[in-house]
Amino acid sequence: MSAVTTFLLRRRGRGWHWTDVVTWIWLISGVFLMFGPAVWLVFSSFKTPAALAEFPPSFLPYVTEQAVVPGYDKPLPLYNVTMPDGSTYVLAEVRRIGIMGQMVDPKQPGEIVKVNIKDRTPVREVEFATNNYTEPFQRFDFFLFLRNSVFVTVVATAITLLVNSMAAFALSKYQFPGRTAVMLMILATLMVPLSVIVVPLYSVIGSLNLFDSLWGVILPTVATPTGVFLLRQYMLTIPDELIDAARMDKASEWQIYWRIILPLSAPALAVLAIFSVVWRWNDFLWPLIVLSRKELYTLQVGLNVYAGELNVQWHYILAMTVVSMIPVVLIFVFLQRFITTGIAGSGLK
Amino acid sequence: MAEKTVSSEPPAKAGLRQALLTPVGLAMGIVDIPMRAWQKLTGLNGMAGVFLAPNMVIFSVFVLLPLVINFIYSTTSGGAIFLPNRTYVGAEQYRILFDCGSYLDPSTCAADTFWAAVRNTAVFVVFQVTAMLIAALATALILNRELSNRGFWRAVFFFPVLLSPVVVGLIWKWILQREGLLNYALSPFGFEPFSWLSDRFWAFFFAVFVSVWAHMGFYALILLAGLQAIPKDLYEAAAMDKASPTRIFRRITLPLLMPNLIVVLVLALIRAVQIFDEVFVLTGGGPGTSTMYITQFIYETGFASSLRNPGLASAASILMGIVLVILTLVQLAASSRNEKKGTRR
Repeated sequence: MSAVTTFLLRRRGRGWHWTDVVTWIWLISGVFLMFGPAVWLVFSSFKTPAALAEFPPSFLPYVTEQAVVPGYDKPLPLYNVTMPDGSTYVLAEVRRIGIMGQMVDPKQPGEIVKVNIKDRTPVREVEFATNNYTEPFQRFDFFLFLRNSVFVTVVATAITLLVNSMAAFALSKYQFPGRTAVMLMILATLMVPLSVIVVPLYSVIGSLNLFDSLWGVILPTVATPTGVFLLRQYMLTIPDELIDAARMDKASEWQIYWRIILPLSAPALAVLAIFSVVWRWNDFLWPLIVLSRKELYTLQVGLNVYAGELNVQWHYILAMTVVSMIPVVLIFVFLQRFITTGIAGSGLK
Repeated sequence: MAEKTVSSEPPAKAGLRQALLTPVGLAMGIVDIPMRAWQKLTGLNGMAGVFLAPNMVIFSVFVLLPLVINFIYSTTSGGAIFLPNRTYVGAEQYRILFDCGSYLDPSTCAADTFWAAVRNTAVFVVFQVTAMLIAALATALILNRELSNRGFWRAVFFFPVLLSPVVVGLIWKWILQREGLLNYALSPFGFEPFSWLSDRFWAFFFAVFVSVWAHMGFYALILLAGLQAIPKDLYEAAAMDKASPTRIFRRITLPLLMPNLIVVLVLALIRAVQIFDEVFVLTGGGPGTSTMYITQFIYETGFASSLRNPGLASAASILMGIVLVILTLVQLAASSRNEKKGTRR
C-alpha cells in the first residue's frame, strides 16, 4: 500500500498548494472514471446470468455453491442457515414456497427443515464463467464476425499503406503538371465525413455489385486523404540526392519506391498502420449499411445487432465486447507512446 | 520492406537478390518488370501517373463521384436506390425540408423528424463542445504539471479514445441500466433504482457525458502538446514575480494556448455535428426522438426500409456538408494564422 501512496504522491516540488489537491482529485477520479467502466465490463463478463441479474451487484463473479444430495436429480444450492436457537448449518434448498424454504441437510437427506428465507444466505465462491466466452463461438456466428473483422482490418490496412504511399511518393518526389491540383483536391476532401456521402456511396457500391461483400466495406475506406497527406509530409523530408544516386545506378522508379522510399518512411507508415487498424476495426456506420447478410457482419455490427436482439443475454454480449476490445487494448499497451506522439504531432485520429 | 535503413551505396545485385527472397519482395520484384517497360515508354512523368493512379481511381470512385452524385440524388424522389430508377423533382426535397410553420417548433414542419434532429444536434453541440473543452483543458493543464509517471496518467485519460463506439455505447448502456453499476453506487445515498436512459433529460445528459468520456483524451493530448511548446522561461519569470497560479493561467497559458484551443474547438465542433455511433448504440435515438441526431436521421431516412427516402437523406446530408465545410474553412483559417504566429516566434 505504501508503494502505491508513494507512487501517487511523489512530487518534484516541495509543499502543498490547492492546485496540488485539485490535481490529485482529478487524477484519481480519472482513474476510476476512465478505466473503471472497462474493468467493470471485464469482471462482469465472467459472471453467470444469475450473478448478472443480482442487485446489488458484486465486483467479483460469484456463484452459489451446489451439492449433489442423494434422492434429488439436480444438484441443490447450498445455504448458510441460522436456526432460531442461534446455531448455524449448511443446508441445501429443495424448493421455496413463499417466504419459506424447504431445506435438507446433505448428510441426512431424509429430513426436510422449513426455514424462513430471511435466515439463509447462499454459500458462494468466486468462479469465472468462461462459457460466456466459449459458447458464443459455438452458438452464434461470433467466429464468423471475428474472421470478417480481421479480414477487413488486415486487407484494408495493407491496401491503405500501399496505395497511399505510392500516391504520396508521386506527390512528394515528382514534378508533373497538375500536381498542385491533385494536392488541393485531396486537401479539400480531408474533412468530408462519410456521413455526408453515405447515400450516393451506397448506390456506387451497388452498381459495382459490392452489396453484401466485405470488399464493399474495404474499398471506400482505403484512399484516405489523411494517409496521403501524412505520408507526403514525411517523404518530403527524405533527401532527393538518394533518389538521384539510385537513378545513376540504373535503378527503376519502382525499385526506388520500394527499396528506398518505403524503408525510409517506416516511422510514418507505422503510425498510419496503427491508425488504420484502429479505424477499420472500430468502423460501424458503413459496415452497418453495406452488410445485410448475417454471415458477413463484422464484430461491431454483430455486437450491436445482438445487443438489440438478445436483450436479456448480457453475459454473452459482455464477453463478446471484451473480445472485440482485445486488439485495440494490445495496440494501446504496446504502442501507446507512438500513438500519442502521432496524435499530438498530426492531430489525426 | 524488411530493411530499416538504406545505405547511400548503389543497390547492388546481391542486395536485390536478397530482397526478392521475402514474399513481399518477390511480388514487388515481379511488378518491377512491367513497371520498367512502362518507364521506358513514358519516362519519369509517366511513372508519377502510375504511382498516383491506384489512389486516384479509388478516391474518385468512392469519394469524388459520390460527392457529385449526392447533388443529383437530392433532386430526385422515391424509394428506389439506383439513380436511373429515380424521378427528377428539382428542389422539391429542399422545399420539404424547409416547409415549416415555425422553425423553432419541429412539429409544425413537413419534415418534423429532420428539424427535431437539427434542434437536438444544435443543443447537443453546444453542451458537448463546452463540456469537452473544459474537461480537455483541465486534463491537459493537470498532465502538464510536474507529475511523476506522467506517461501513466496520460494513458489513463487517453485509453477510451481507442475503444470502438459500439464498445463505448455497450459499456455505458450496461452501467446505466436499471440493475446497473450507477444505481448500485447511488443506493447508499437513498436513491431508488432508475432507468437512466428512458428519461429524456438523463438520456441527453449521458449522450453528452459518454461522448465526452470517449473523445476527451484526444483533445487533451493536442492541448498538452500546445502547453509543452510554451517556453519555460515565461513561467520562471512569473514565479520570480510571485504571480498567483490563476494570474499565470490568465496572462501566460491562455493567450499562448489560444491557437491550439481554436483548433481543438473547431475539430470538436466538426465531430459533434456528425455524432452518431456511440449515441445510437447507447440510446438508439430515444426515448422518443430526444437523442436522435442528424447523422442518424440521414441513416434512417436513407436506409431504413419502411420510410426510405434517399433523396431527402441526400438533401439533408448536403445541408450538413455545408455546415461542415464552413467549420472546416474556419479551422483552416485558424491553423494558417497559427502557423504565421509560429514563424514569428
